[in-house]
Amino acid sequence: MEIKCPTSNLQDKLRIECIEINLFLEALYQRHGYDFHHYAKASIKRRIQALAKAYEYTNIADLIPRILHDETFLTATIARLSVPVTEMFRDPSVFKALRELVLPHLCSYHRLQIWQAGCSTGEEVYSLAILLEEAGLLKRTQIYATDINDIALHQAEDGIFPIAQLKRYERNYMAAGGKRKFSDYYITNEKFFRINQDLRKHIVFAHHNLVSDGVFCEVQLVLCRNVLIYFDTNLQRRVLNLFHTSLARQGYLCLGTHESLRAIETANLFKIVDFKNMIFRNNCETI
Amino acid sequence: MSNIPEYNSITAIVIGCSVGGLNALRILLQGLPRNLPVPIIINAHVAADGTNLLPHLLANQCCLPVTEAREREPILPGRVYIAPPNYHLLVEIDKHFALSVDEHVCYVRPSIDVLFTTAAEAYREHLLGILLTGANNDGTQGMHTIKALGGQTIVQDPTTAEADIMPKAVIAMGVADRILPLSGIANTLREIATLYDT
Ligand SMILES: C[S@@+](CC[C@H](N)C(=O)[O-])C[C@H]1O[C@@H](n2cnc3c(N)ncnc32)[C@H](O)[C@@H]1O
Repeated sequence: MEIKCPTSNLQDKLRIECIEINLFLEALYQRHGYDFHHYAKASIKRRIQALAKAYEYTNIADLIPRILHDETFLTATIARLSVPVTEMFRDPSVFKALRELVLPHLCSYHRLQIWQAGCSTGEEVYSLAILLEEAGLLKRTQIYATDINDIALHQAEDGIFPIAQLKRYERNYMAAGGKRKFSDYYITNEKFFRINQDLRKHIVFAHHNLVSDGVFCEVQLVLCRNVLIYFDTNLQRRVLNLFHTSLARQGYLCLGTHESLRAIETANLFKIVDFKNMIFRNNCETI
Repeated sequence: MSNIPEYNSITAIVIGCSVGGLNALRILLQGLPRNLPVPIIINAHVAADGTNLLPHLLANQCCLPVTEAREREPILPGRVYIAPPNYHLLVEIDKHFALSVDEHVCYVRPSIDVLFTTAAEAYREHLLGILLTGANNDGTQGMHTIKALGGQTIVQDPTTAEADIMPKAVIAMGVADRILPLSGIANTLREIATLYDT
């Protein structure tokens, strides 16, 4: 098969695409206030390419009139640029560590507030609710689960997931030190399983943008995994400050296992509790 | 100087493999000289259970530091980086790593296509892409992009590969500059090291 694109052509194409991406991000920002300029470049580029492809546009520039003039296109755009890929008890050792190292300290609070930022379609926040239930804490807990992807938030609210995943989630749950039968937490039909309403009713799902929105309440635990990897260092720093301000004096922060520590090291806002599982504690001596 | 002048300007190497990859990588890394003047970035499909033994296994075979690529880490010469399991590994234009948990590509994460494509865009004609043994089509698109941006490509000779689907797919697409057995690829890597030794 012939190589369709001689070197110079593809290099031109890349240069043009780079201009198109900047213009598109600027249009999205100026028209709707969503600022993706500080997302990691290689990854946001892939998302924008996928968006254009999904709507069968040849060029990324074709997205610009659409995002400017078609109101209804915003939600779909955000949903495509965001990465709503998640699972229940992803990295079981993290949930085990939360169970063993963090929850015992939270027992002393009469009322608990927890913020899960970047909840996507909800699998992770329901996993957290199960942990809290098994520690006897769920009854006095209010969880705020936030995201910028409204389509994912709606799915999260429904709490209905494909049954094909169930086996893997059950394995994860056991590896995370699950104390009951996983089947205690859902009902099934042929294709889907639905998380029990008792777990659901302690969670409020809400739209919140880590780039532009501020603190909305004081919480004892912030869970924000696999979100900061999409941000550049400056934006990471902003968000870590936001978490620092939102957390109670001795509050906990849990990040994704492969997240960069550079921002957190320089920020000096948190003390390490469990490095491998990326669990930190708010450091209040700095303020 | 190298017999193959195109290699004079190589500043980074990416390697992709799946089935049979561990043995192949062992052979390639064993012979690497201490003074390799470029980074090697490896994407080997491994089990997705979060434990990555590969850096450990390969570090014993190789006189260069072998580590799991970390988010935002600058990519340095003389180092061997391995993609962490369950994340795509991307190269940013400013030669840092980025990770993502985006959807699987060709049923895998990390995807060789994602690594090769982003590396090709960052290193352009200075990239050497090597695709080894493997049992799916991942990597073909990436090798195509490397070629199209002026980089160099080497494919393991399918008759010597534990699984030949991956190398054969690249050859069928017509984007393999050279088709070599592992010993030949190992020699090439050594040659690249001596280029800078003068
Ligand atoms: C890969 S998912 C992580 C889901 C879950 N935390 C996990 O680790 O399994 C990343 C989520 O971050 C959300 N996100 C991206 N940018 C955001 C922002 N600026 N504010 C809030 N959420 C954001 C995306 O919409 C997406 O749902």
